[in-house]
Amino acid sequence: MVARFATPLVLLVLIVGVFFAVDSSFILRVAALVFIYGLAAIGLNILVGDCGQVSLGHAGFLGIGAYATAVLPAQTGLHPLLAMVVGVVAAGLLALLVGRPVLRLRGHALAVATLGLGILVAMVITNEAWLTGGPDGMRVERLTLFGWRVRGADNWYWITAGVLLLGALVACSIKASPTGRALRAVHDSEVAAMVAGIDVARYKTLAFVISAVYAGVAGGLLALYDGFVTPDVAGFLNSIELITMVVLGGMGSVLGAVVGATILTALPQLLTAFSEYEHMVLGLIMMVVMIVLRAGIVPSLLALVGRGGRA
Amino acid sequence: MSALAAEGVGIDFGGVRAVDNVSFTTAEHGVTAIIGPNGAGKTTLFNMLSGVYRPGRGRVRLFGEDVTGEPPHRLAARGLSRTFQNLQIFFQMTALENVMVGNHLGERHNVWRHLLPLPGVFAEEKAARQAARKELQHVGLADVADRPASSLAYGMLKRLEIARALVAKPRVLLLDEPAAGCNATETEALSALIRRLAGEGLAIVLVEHDMAMVMSLSDRVVVLDQGRVIADGAPEAVRADPAVRAAYLGVEV
Amino acid sequence: MTSELLQFAFSGLTVGAVYALVALGFTLIYNASGVINFAQGEFVMIGGMSTVFLSALGVPLPIASIVAVAVAVLVGLLLWALAIEPARGASPVTLIIITIGASIFLRGLSQTVFDKQFHSLPPISGDAPVRLAGAAVLPQTFWVLGGSFAVVVLLWLFLERTLLGKAVLATAANRVAARLVGINTALVVGLSFGVSAAIGALAGILVTPITLTSYDVGTLLALKGFAAAMLGGMGNPFGAVVGGLAVGLIEAFGAGLISSDYKDAFAFLVILAVLFFMPAGLFGRRSVERV
Repeated sequence: MVARFATPLVLLVLIVGVFFAVDSSFILRVAALVFIYGLAAIGLNILVGDCGQVSLGHAGFLGIGAYATAVLPAQTGLHPLLAMVVGVVAAGLLALLVGRPVLRLRGHALAVATLGLGILVAMVITNEAWLTGGPDGMRVERLTLFGWRVRGADNWYWITAGVLLLGALVACSIKASPTGRALRAVHDSEVAAMVAGIDVARYKTLAFVISAVYAGVAGGLLALYDGFVTPDVAGFLNSIELITMVVLGGMGSVLGAVVGATILTALPQLLTAFSEYEHMVLGLIMMVVMIVLRAGIVPSLLALVGRGGRA
Repeated sequence: MSALAAEGVGIDFGGVRAVDNVSFTTAEHGVTAIIGPNGAGKTTLFNMLSGVYRPGRGRVRLFGEDVTGEPPHRLAARGLSRTFQNLQIFFQMTALENVMVGNHLGERHNVWRHLLPLPGVFAEEKAARQAARKELQHVGLADVADRPASSLAYGMLKRLEIARALVAKPRVLLLDEPAAGCNATETEALSALIRRLAGEGLAIVLVEHDMAMVMSLSDRVVVLDQGRVIADGAPEAVRADPAVRAAYLGVEV
Repeated sequence: MTSELLQFAFSGLTVGAVYALVALGFTLIYNASGVINFAQGEFVMIGGMSTVFLSALGVPLPIASIVAVAVAVLVGLLLWALAIEPARGASPVTLIIITIGASIFLRGLSQTVFDKQFHSLPPISGDAPVRLAGAAVLPQTFWVLGGSFAVVVLLWLFLERTLLGKAVLATAANRVAARLVGINTALVVGLSFGVSAAIGALAGILVTPITLTSYDVGTLLALKGFAAAMLGGMGNPFGAVVGGLAVGLIEAFGAGLISSDYKDAFAFLVILAVLFFMPAGLFGRRSVERV
């Protein structure tokens, strides 16, 4: 019981706490961005941390969600929210379609295959300029809900926070369910999982689809929040950032994914004053954290606290 | 009808005939042992029988049905389970969770219900935990149920694998060197467990190097050497077979 | 038409040779340590950028090149000593994130030490194209191809004919066994980082007159080099070279004959297709899972 609600509760406290502690719309905007990427990282963590399958192309799904939300209202007049739903479904369907053949691969072969997949999506977005505006990107229609134009840092803060909480709750529920156990079994020993009756290919694909849906939602939110999309959202560097969030924060930890997303999203925003050194600081943090806290920030710290508590 | 049958089963690895033309059948219950010197192909044969490898030649039958090349999860659904010589434990889980995975086929798998914290799922989980605890009790691991599997001793992990296989209520159980690395007391407990399971109507196929255990437990012994069957029969007959003595030259059979 | 095809072939082989050297760098480090070093492309960048800035200071090109290679080797060794060695025994994905961190760090460092502009180097034998069966080929192309060939031969000689080289091969074949017979495997890993860095830097120096260089060229090169190494079969040096040339050729012909917009897509489509049928790559060892 506790396992399902602890992390969403911690997040809820943090979200409410931050809102009342800070009085800066800049920080609220950064926080909304953190929540969006946190959502994508939570989803990717189900694939990478729980099921043990790497994806170096996950930003492709982010791009599908974002561009569906941008393109469909512009081309067909569809409501942005419905367009986002179409994008999420498209991301999930693509994952379902390519999941089985791609996830037959293991280790580095899987890494390069997902990498290629992400690059293909990014290339289509970049090159089909008649639809997507090409490398320069395109504007996204502002979100209007029942005649209310969604705007302002406060509103976006709460919208993105709400979706993040829902995403965390779902992820924690999966984790504590037979499905989550089957995914972790696939991670630890595929052959033992098979012998226990688990259809390994099916569960790998399931994790892939779930993580793609999370990424699609995050992509759609990103488009609506930014009001503008560029192909970078689907690019290789964004894919690398997503996987780094997961590993840095701690594979298999829902809270860790949010911590990783916070570091990788907020840090560059806060370092813009020192843009010269932004990359150096980021690279250094990645190296030092991974050397010192190999299992990722949250699991490593929990282990430390646990040991201290017992001693 | 036989529980498990191999008909001319064989497989090659890089031109080497690892297993060649192996045929045998097991009774619907009781213990069949597969023995042979190191490298005789016992584990490779197990991997083909349990669907981990696809046989290059021949057929495998489970309760009369042709199951050649079926993946392990389908065979599991047909009532076949196994343990591993090189432990295949879910090391990031507790002992209890390991056994709960074994009960995968007994659980409801409607993914949609697992997306939200539904009380119905809580109740099912509680029942699954109880079933797993009971199985751990059977193999004497009730005390360590909530410990991480990675913290358990080797002999305990061997029994954990058996509990994980048993919780699925299989009709055929393949045990790959269950006594390896166990001390005399543990081996004795294991023999008792196997005898009891066979008595309950399970068909057990056993790969084992502990000859005393093999001879005392088995209803039937199949001897492999260099990928081929060189003897097949009752323990006493096999023990007396000159071909078996030659294959085990210098080893007391 | 034939002259056009020949033109594509030459440009494909030129970039392919660079991919091959990057893939070779991946392979050396992977074989010695099991690490996929995503900072491999940064060695190429450091080679090119260091040479550019040293020659801008008036250092003659040959000396600038040697110093640039030395700089890259130093960076490679530091990367090993400060980031890889302390993380020994960490999971593969942890190690990958460390090398990606190193790659981002090195990119940031060079944008501070150097600048964010594109730079070129004067070609070694001028820039008057050589006519070859109707195709116009830059003389630098022959330097890239010849240089890469020389690197491959030298590496082969080193691995096959020297005791240290055999230690590298032994470590690649079986790390535990190598340690048991007294090979200092940690040193072999360090050596592989140094050699990979040198190879990368050399590729960067040779190709800069044709493709230009800047602080961020490493990312794409690492991607292509990794893909090439996977195509050939990770761990097989011969496969790395074949994979690199193949990726270069596929790109050149795909861009020339089908669509230059989707240049990068062709290589990845082919790789996806190959991996689908041969998960270990063209020349990779097929492994049977032992349970």
